[in-house]
Amino acid sequence: MKTMDKQTILDELRKVLAPYTENKEALNTINEHTNLIKDLKINSANIIDIIIDAETRYDIEIDVDSAEKMSSVGSCIAIIMEKMQEKQC
Amino acid sequence: MNRRVVVTGLGVVAPNGTGVPDFLHAIQNGVSGIRFNPQYEALNFHCQVSGIPVFDWDHLKNYVTEVTFHGLKGQGIGYAIKAALDAWKDAGNTLQPEGDPLWDTGCVFGNSVSDTVVIKDIIARVDAKAAKKLGSRVIEQVMNSGATAYVSGRLGLGNKVITNSAACATGSQAVLMGFEYIKFGLAKRMLVGSTEHVDPYIFGAFDSMRVLSRKFNDTPEQASRPMSATAGGFVPGSGAGALVLEELDFALARGATVYAEILGGANNSGGQRNGGSMTAPNNEGVIKCLKEAMTNSNVTPKDIDVISGHLTATMADKMEIRNWIAALGNDINRFPVTNSLKSMIGHCLSAAGSVECVAVALEIFHQFIHPNINMEDPNPEIVDMVGADVFPTTCLRQKINVVAKANFGFGDINTCLIFSKYENNG
Repeated sequence: MKTMDKQTILDELRKVLAPYTENKEALNTINEHTNLIKDLKINSANIIDIIIDAETRYDIEIDVDSAEKMSSVGSCIAIIMEKMQEKQC
Repeated sequence: MNRRVVVTGLGVVAPNGTGVPDFLHAIQNGVSGIRFNPQYEALNFHCQVSGIPVFDWDHLKNYVTEVTFHGLKGQGIGYAIKAALDAWKDAGNTLQPEGDPLWDTGCVFGNSVSDTVVIKDIIARVDAKAAKKLGSRVIEQVMNSGATAYVSGRLGLGNKVITNSAACATGSQAVLMGFEYIKFGLAKRMLVGSTEHVDPYIFGAFDSMRVLSRKFNDTPEQASRPMSATAGGFVPGSGAGALVLEELDFALARGATVYAEILGGANNSGGQRNGGSMTAPNNEGVIKCLKEAMTNSNVTPKDIDVISGHLTATMADKMEIRNWIAALGNDINRFPVTNSLKSMIGHCLSAAGSVECVAVALEIFHQFIHPNINMEDPNPEIVDMVGADVFPTTCLRQKINVVAKANFGFGDINTCLIFSKYENNG
């Protein structure tokens, strides 16, 4: 899992989000603008679980400041890509 | 204060039956739920038998959302959800995922400790410097109010939502508290009960106290022997019991089935004085509690048809019988028929009282008295006091009206409830 394009990250992210949303239709059609809380109706307390699961899935560490920015699918992908690149350096 | 309180819904997860139909069949037929416990053997416990409900964890997907189910690990919480929601549906209610809170309906659900297996996981992760990986779902499962919070949130209960804890008196205390809130006009309906998970840490500590059965490891179904000459300690049990209590008018208005009426009860402490201690009751406190329960319920000792005892299969059994004799006094013609559900399911600690209350409601509704199993050798000291005939060893099909249900817990806590057959006499 060294390099991943945006689409692959999004597909993986969909699997990470799946246990935390009842809204499967919205999950199937997520895009960069999808908001985790407003659109996917994810409980705000579960965002931390999503971050922990994402750390495991992408083999990265997400610091607290970065985690606070992960509100939409787009921002999640951006931070995941950033952390994966940092790791390669 | 003329409000009447009735039982309209039942749910149970017990070692000898999960769900009311299986449990009813088991208690009518004297079916033991005690099995050999290989984990206890591996851990070098003296006691290597226990009562663990047959419980399909995935079945909980029918009770909570997929998101809630994901990350749910607390066994006691799982038992509570199943028992409480079954009771709710049994009372003729539906599970509404949304809508306004039910302001007239509250919940009292008890437990001794939250799930120590979940606590162990937290301790292991924190000690391994991985606290960051714990996530958001563990606190809600280790807080003492976890079971109550899951249940009341699923149902949208908006009245008092309370988690009580009084060791082995927890379950019947929860029922009494729910009864009182309705009786005093503070709620129309209360979902009450308690839960217990038979984990090795709690029962390891009981094992060390030498209060658990240890001589029947090879014949587990014979291990729980209340009032028997060979009773040698209690058998660890686990499960959950739940009852829906309603103000009678509220129940009748919605056409609910009434299992039984609760006439009243009492809850006190012997103060750990005059022979009472952390682990043993002050007999004076017990007798006072039993008498007050009858007085508060407007029944006399002669009215008691059946005693559903605490009777755990320890030295305390004969003391309990002696206390009942003292509380009932000299005006009774004979000592009431007496049974102990623990002979079939062991001692479910906090869950004991609620599971036993479910049994009492079923006995009253279906008019039977469940047997005491493993009583082929009644304790001679007990027989000397009341005879052997008052302890049925097969299921009795007979008319019963009033049942007294008592439980006693560490901390010198006593609870007694008086149930009766529901008569529509205005």
